[in-house]
Formats: sequence, structure tokens, C-alpha cells
Amino acid sequence: MSEPVLSLKDFRVSFNTMNGTVRAVRGIDIDVERGEMVGIVGESGSGKSVTFLGMMGLLPRSATIEGSAVLDGTELVGMKPKQFMAVRGKKIAMIFQDPLSALNPVHKIGSQIVEMIRSHEKITKAAAARRAVELLDIVGIPQPDQRAVQYPHEFSGGMRQRVMIAMAIANEPDVLIADEPTTALDVTVQAQILEVLQRIQKDLNTSIVLITHDLGVVARVVDRVQVMYAGRAVERAQVDDLFGESSHPYTRGLLKSLPSQDKDRLVPIPGSPPNMLEPPPGCSFAPRCDFAVEACTQTLPELVPFGRGETACIRAGELVGMMDHV
Amino acid sequence: MSETILEVEDLLKTFEVRHSKGVRVIKSQVQAVSGVSFSLDKSETMGLVGESGSGKTTVGRCILRLLEPSAGSIKFKGTELVGLDKESLRDLRKEMQIVFQDPYASLDPKRTVGAAVAEPFDIQRIKIDTKAKVGELLDIVGLSPDHADRFPHEFSGGQRQRIGIARALALNPSMIVLDEPVSALDVSIQAGVVNLLQDLQEELGLSYIFIAHDLSVVRHISDRIAVMYLGKLVEVAPAAEIYDRPSHPYTQALLSAVPEPDPAIERQRQRTVLQGEVPSPINPPSGCRFRTRCPKAESKCAEVEPLLVDRGTGHLVACHFPEMTFVDLGAPVSFEPPD
Repeated sequence: MSEPVLSLKDFRVSFNTMNGTVRAVRGIDIDVERGEMVGIVGESGSGKSVTFLGMMGLLPRSATIEGSAVLDGTELVGMKPKQFMAVRGKKIAMIFQDPLSALNPVHKIGSQIVEMIRSHEKITKAAAARRAVELLDIVGIPQPDQRAVQYPHEFSGGMRQRVMIAMAIANEPDVLIADEPTTALDVTVQAQILEVLQRIQKDLNTSIVLITHDLGVVARVVDRVQVMYAGRAVERAQVDDLFGESSHPYTRGLLKSLPSQDKDRLVPIPGSPPNMLEPPPGCSFAPRCDFAVEACTQTLPELVPFGRGETACIRAGELVGMMDHV
Repeated sequence: MSETILEVEDLLKTFEVRHSKGVRVIKSQVQAVSGVSFSLDKSETMGLVGESGSGKTTVGRCILRLLEPSAGSIKFKGTELVGLDKESLRDLRKEMQIVFQDPYASLDPKRTVGAAVAEPFDIQRIKIDTKAKVGELLDIVGLSPDHADRFPHEFSGGQRQRIGIARALALNPSMIVLDEPVSALDVSIQAGVVNLLQDLQEELGLSYIFIAHDLSVVRHISDRIAVMYLGKLVEVAPAAEIYDRPSHPYTQALLSAVPEPDPAIERQRQRTVLQGEVPSPINPPSGCRFRTRCPKAESKCAEVEPLLVDRGTGHLVACHFPEMTFVDLGAPVSFEPPD
């Protein structure tokens, strides 16, 4: 197996607040291979966004980041802000849910892309401008030369997200982090953006980390999935295995709570996620889990190989076949 | 025969927009809803789906006259709402309520949950035993009566949405407009709220207008579904019918764009990815409004506007070239050629 291009080991993020320390991410491992698309799935508060914001050095000072995040041989944790500037946008880039707030309203789209290119590469303005138009073309914006001299407000939501992608891939980064890139978009536009991401993954061999809460999106485009709950990874598997035979009760619960054709009644997961000021000592899903036993509440379970994937459920072996009937 | 509770006919809503061209300010009209007609039966759920800008929320608000319709007729239990005077409207509003999308914005942060749930009684000047009634309502939506003294920030999104539902139920309505009631919630929480809505409907015989963009939830909860595009209905049919035999090219594209949480299905699917985006309603396309993005469009579509006509069994489609064969998302249907 080749060396992963991005590797997080025992990565932790905590925030100091007036009420105490919020442990938002409590030790997670993520490996991303070159050219693959990894899905990070979880509900609000699971720590999926914070993990990557922390890794990119984009969190406020109240955040404490521990563990290790190695990008193509370079350790990111503990990096100085100046050093980060050389990495961000060059080796790793990120796009967000709301593209309008990420674009400067008073500058033309083209010049914003030019700025991005020229902050990492010594080329002339004219060459950078040509490259900007090419990039707009790559992400499927019609008449890219005319669009490059327009302002963000002249673009629709889907087009703005394409611009963000163009900007993110401007310096051909190794890894693109896409944080809920289609959540604010209509489904027909979402389908278009997902196609753009897939094309970039294939044509440019860019690794993509897709952060989402939408299991349908994951099923459509992702190769491998990591499910997060309360700042921990609960399951890691190839996409087919996750949907086919997920080993963790939380993943099962998520899949069961989705509406589908053959369901008369939906099955919610009872209760709500734990307070991250005082996360439970054992499995953080145990208080909501139908299968929890005494042992589940004692120690924090680690991801261990199970079936074709990995699970953080200590009862995964016993539960095979049992979870289908509930 | 079931009883019709709501009849909407040729509903029209225009907004005036101002935009500047150089130093001049230009006023123009935007038709958010252009001639929508449908009816709703007692205890029925009508799903209203469409992308942003399709006018689905505007329809919902016009029905309650939270927005003043520009033209058309809205009959609620036989009474015409358009042009109804304030007093009579206030009386009728007891019977129709709304639940909003954002459970964070729709509750006043400075008032207790009990006060929020009791407010409808104050507005209608109905004397009640507040504590008992509020407790009862909170109990119905799965919260504890003790929660009445707490403030909205002490509740999670799902619980807040339940408070919103309790408030809507307070006056014993017969119809509730649910405007994206579960869109802001996580799936595991969303399921509980959807179940609650279904239980309440069964117990109280409520009629729902369920406005949403999430087609899988709409399918689950609705008896009938109406699909909107740029202010017009393009297809109306029983829920199963819409999903199994979508006839309008827009409905087909919309359904094929929804990702299914199953990688095996996703790989097999034939997807119609629509090009472009919804055109501006300020200057909608002539003829069929969908024609600019429609893979089937012909010259007729630009000239003649297709009417919403019944293609049998209550399946209404507004298209010149509707899909007449039964499209199954699985194997294609093939017919043996005659010898």
C-alpha cells in the first residue's frame, strides 16, 4: 500500500470556554490515499468540521490542538501561522458550505483566483489570468472569459460553489477538503457539483475529503467512509460495506432513521448526543444504544478491525445478525 | 367520500422588486406564484416540493393569508379567505396553523416555553387554565409538562420543533401548514418529529400541507404530492404514483438527482443531470417554464403553455410530451415487436 497523502493520528481538538473544556474531537485517526475520495459522516456536533478546521489552522486561539496531522511528509500540528500560509491553498485547500461568505464581494471573480495563484507561484498577472479562465472552464462555468470579469453577486449559488472549487484547485493541491459543499444547494445543482468533484478527483488525481451529514451523497460519490459520533470515529469501511453490513449500532441507527420506500414508520435514535463538556467515560453512544451493556460504559472503545472494515463497538461480534431485527 | 377542507384556485402572488440600473430605479413585478390550483381533503397530507425559488413557501403563506394573495381564490371549509375581513379571519385562523423551518428563529428567546405555547389563547382571548393546558400540549408532543418554565435555549433543535408543534396545536386546528419542519434537524432526530406528526394526524384528523425540498421525507409522509417549478404546478399525483411513474421531465430529473443511501443503487441509476439552474422569475421563459432546461423541449414548448391535465387516476401533468410508458428505475420495459 502506498503512503497516505494525509494522515491524522490521535488528533484532538478542545476549546476552553467559561464553562470548562469542551472536548470536540477526542482522538481520531484518518488516512487519505492519493486520488481517493473519503467521506466523513456525522451529525451536528460530531466534530467532523472541527477536525479539519483544526488541521488547517483555521480555529480561534481558544482551541487547543494535539496529536499529529501529516500532510505529504510535513507535520501540520504546531506549525506557525506563517508556515501555514505556504501550505494552505498550495498543498491543501478547503471549500465550505456557504460560498458567498468565502468570496470577496468587491473584487471580480477572476482577480480573486489570480490572487490565489500568485500568492503561491511567481507568474505574471496575464499568465495567472489565463490560468484563472482555464480553471473556470474546468469546473464547468460557461463562457469563462466573460464570467471571470464579473462579481460574486452575479453568480448563482451553484456557480459560486464552482468558483470556490476553481480557486481551491488553482495550485493543484494534494488534498481538497470539502465541508458540506452541497448542503445549501438544491438537489439538481447538488448533482452537478458532485460531478465536478468526481471529475477533479479523476482528472487531477486529487484526494478529496468530503464532510457531510447526507448518507445519500456519501453513497453516490465516496470510496471510503468514516462515521463520527461525539468527537470519535465509530466506524470505518469501504462505502459498500458500510451500507451493506455496518457493524456499529450508531451507523445502523442512522440508516434506519432515513425514510425509504419500504418503511411504514421511521425509527429515530432515542435521546440526544452527549454534552461534550463531560463526555461519558465509555462509548459515547452507549446512553442511546439499544445494545449497550455494563462494559460499554466503562472504557472508551478504540477502532478495531472487524469484517472488512473497522468498528469501535465492543459487541460488534455478538451483534452480527441481531441488529437487523430491531 | 372524503370532505374537502381547502380549495385553492388560480392563486397568484406577485411581488414588486426594485433594482437600479445606473442611477435609475426600476420597478418590476416578480410572479412568485402564477396560477396554482389544488385541493386538500380532511386528514390528508399534501406534499409541496420544488427547488428554492419555486414558490412553495409563498403558496403556504398565502393559504394562511400571512401574505396577501394578488389574485385567485382560497376556500377554507367553504369560506372564501381572499378579501375576508380581519375579524372573521382571526376567527378562522384558530383552525389553521403553521410550523416554521427554523426552530431557533421561531421561538422568542426571552419568553418561557409555557408562555410561547399559551400565546395563541391570549391572541384569541380564550380563558383557560394555562398551566394545565400548556402541560397537556407539551405532553402531547412528547415533552414534559415541567418544561413549561424553561427558556428556548435550554432545548435542542428537535425539542424546539416539538414546542413549535405544540403551539400550532394549541387551538385545535384542522389544518397545519408545515414549512420545511424537519429540514434543520439531524436525521436521527428528524425521524422522531416525522413520527409525531403522523401520530397527531391520526389522532386528531389533521390535514397537512407539507412543504419541503427533501423528497424522501415528503414521500414518506404525503398522500399526494404536488411538484412546483417557477411558480407553477408541473405535476400532482398520489405519492407512490409520483415516485413510481413520474411523468413530467422535471419531476423525473428531480427524483433522479436525489441521492439514495445505497451505493449499489447509486451505481446502477440512470441519472438525468439537469443543465443550468432555475431561470429568474422576473422574466420567466415563454410557454413551458421548464423548457430551457428540459431534455425533451421542442418548438411547441416555447409557444404554447402546457396545462395541468389529468392523465387518469388523479395524476395531473403539465407537459406537452409527458412520459406515458411506465418508467421503472430498475430494468427497462421492453415490448416484443409483433410478428
